[in-house]
Amino acid sequence: MFLKNRNIWLLAPAVLLIGICFLFPVSWLLQRSVSEPVWGLQNYITIFSKTIYLGVLWNTVAIAGVTTLLCALIGFPVAYSMAHSSPWIRKVLIFSVLIPFWTSILVRSFAWLVILQRGGILNDFLAGIGLIAEPLDLVYNRFGVLLGMVQVLLPFMVFPLFSVITRIDGSYFSAATNLGATPIRAFFRVYLPLCLPGLATGAMLVFIISLGYFITPALLGGRGDIMIAQLIFERIDEFGDWPLASALAIVLLVGTGLLFVLVNALIKIRGRGI
Amino acid sequence: MFQSERFWGGLRGVINVLLVIYMLAPLVVTLVISFSSALYLTFPPPGFSLQWYEKMFSNPTWTRALWTSLKILVPAAFIATICGTAAALALNRMTSRWALVIRGVLMAPLIIPVIITAAAIFGVFRIWGLYGTLHGLIIAHVILTLPFVLSTVSANLAVFDRRLEDAAMNCGATPWMTFRRVTLPLISPSVMSGMLFAMVISFDELIVSLFLSTPRVRPVTVQMWSNIKGDTDPTIAAIATVLFMFSLLALLMDGIARRRSGQAPGL
Repeated sequence: MFLKNRNIWLLAPAVLLIGICFLFPVSWLLQRSVSEPVWGLQNYITIFSKTIYLGVLWNTVAIAGVTTLLCALIGFPVAYSMAHSSPWIRKVLIFSVLIPFWTSILVRSFAWLVILQRGGILNDFLAGIGLIAEPLDLVYNRFGVLLGMVQVLLPFMVFPLFSVITRIDGSYFSAATNLGATPIRAFFRVYLPLCLPGLATGAMLVFIISLGYFITPALLGGRGDIMIAQLIFERIDEFGDWPLASALAIVLLVGTGLLFVLVNALIKIRGRGI
Repeated sequence: MFQSERFWGGLRGVINVLLVIYMLAPLVVTLVISFSSALYLTFPPPGFSLQWYEKMFSNPTWTRALWTSLKILVPAAFIATICGTAAALALNRMTSRWALVIRGVLMAPLIIPVIITAAAIFGVFRIWGLYGTLHGLIIAHVILTLPFVLSTVSANLAVFDRRLEDAAMNCGATPWMTFRRVTLPLISPSVMSGMLFAMVISFDELIVSLFLSTPRVRPVTVQMWSNIKGDTDPTIAAIATVLFMFSLLALLMDGIARRRSGQAPGL
């Protein structure tokens, strides 16, 4: 109450900071993407016509898509187990899913390198027990990127799913099986649809966040796994190619922005109970 | 077979164990290796030693980088906390629908991919002469951490009972006194936790720092990045452990602050 008339001043520092040091720079990026070398959409046309850029765009969508799928496949049993375990085990599971969340991505990627590289722990172990003769290529390829990304992004899938699953009444499933459905059929026709809201929210979160990923693919991937964020960095860092890098950044911004709006719209529709 | 309770119980057990290994193995390996007595990366290590920590703290490259990180995170978290808390208070009391728009704009750095923020800030800061300076890095980290403070404090204000302020004012307190003696103490756990969040994020931040730093002003994550790309030497495991301990410490402090104030621990 007491702040009513003067509260606007409290906003000033944050708004000025974000305005000058965030909104302005982003619009500066947008301007550079359409004004150089001459005004027009040539940078965007380059991105969507040259094979190498299209390849990176495809990589980005493919890696984000497979990461989302894997997170769903792993996240579902994990969330289910979390919901149906004793409080103590549930705590351990929540802790395990959250701890990586609190460790820097850099630390986690380093750890994966130590474990997965050719002279790394896992290869040594497998060779030690005589399972493999030659070290396996577990990192600097797509496998390494996916392994690292799924680990980082799993919480975003597990928690929405967990909150939905804890609210599902187990008797629906029993009713279906009692009425003659096989457990598999009951699962796909009754249980899974009930989990769908959580699954959808989790999937969208994981997909959107993966699109902009940089550190994990850069450290754990090979030349064939370059994603858009890495391309933006290289274009600026190695070539000083601002027009193209800006256009790539705007493509990423618009892509994630559209998905974000879509998700919000979906949540609103669901909120109305349709 | 699929009907049996034991089968499902066993399967759940297997899933739980695999999950815990997948999520925690990297961290455990890093912690263990950082105390290795071997001269190269090997697991399990032959013995215990603090040699990598000694190497880290006696190598000026790492101590300078750690010092630089601290010189960034303290002011950045401080500024972000003040600006973010002020904005949260103002937005909480605003009734116009502009409040929603402003909140969205202030939260944007958290929502849009960091690489975009990094490229944009780098481009503009180079023109403004802030590239490669401590000031530039501090401002950039304020932009990245402010949304965390804003959302943490806002969540607290949403359940804050405004009648307490009215009561204080009715009893003759000035607006400032009301704020100082009633509002601030009640929201202080969330302000504290926002600041701890901001510190951890600033300390762990790599992408924006990668763009803005030069060999002269180089925070610890950027130093780690350039070393990891070279080779995986156990000193990095020691640094990684320091980074992790910092997050853990912040998490513990947050838990203590919340417990003291009687709030449930959050994520």
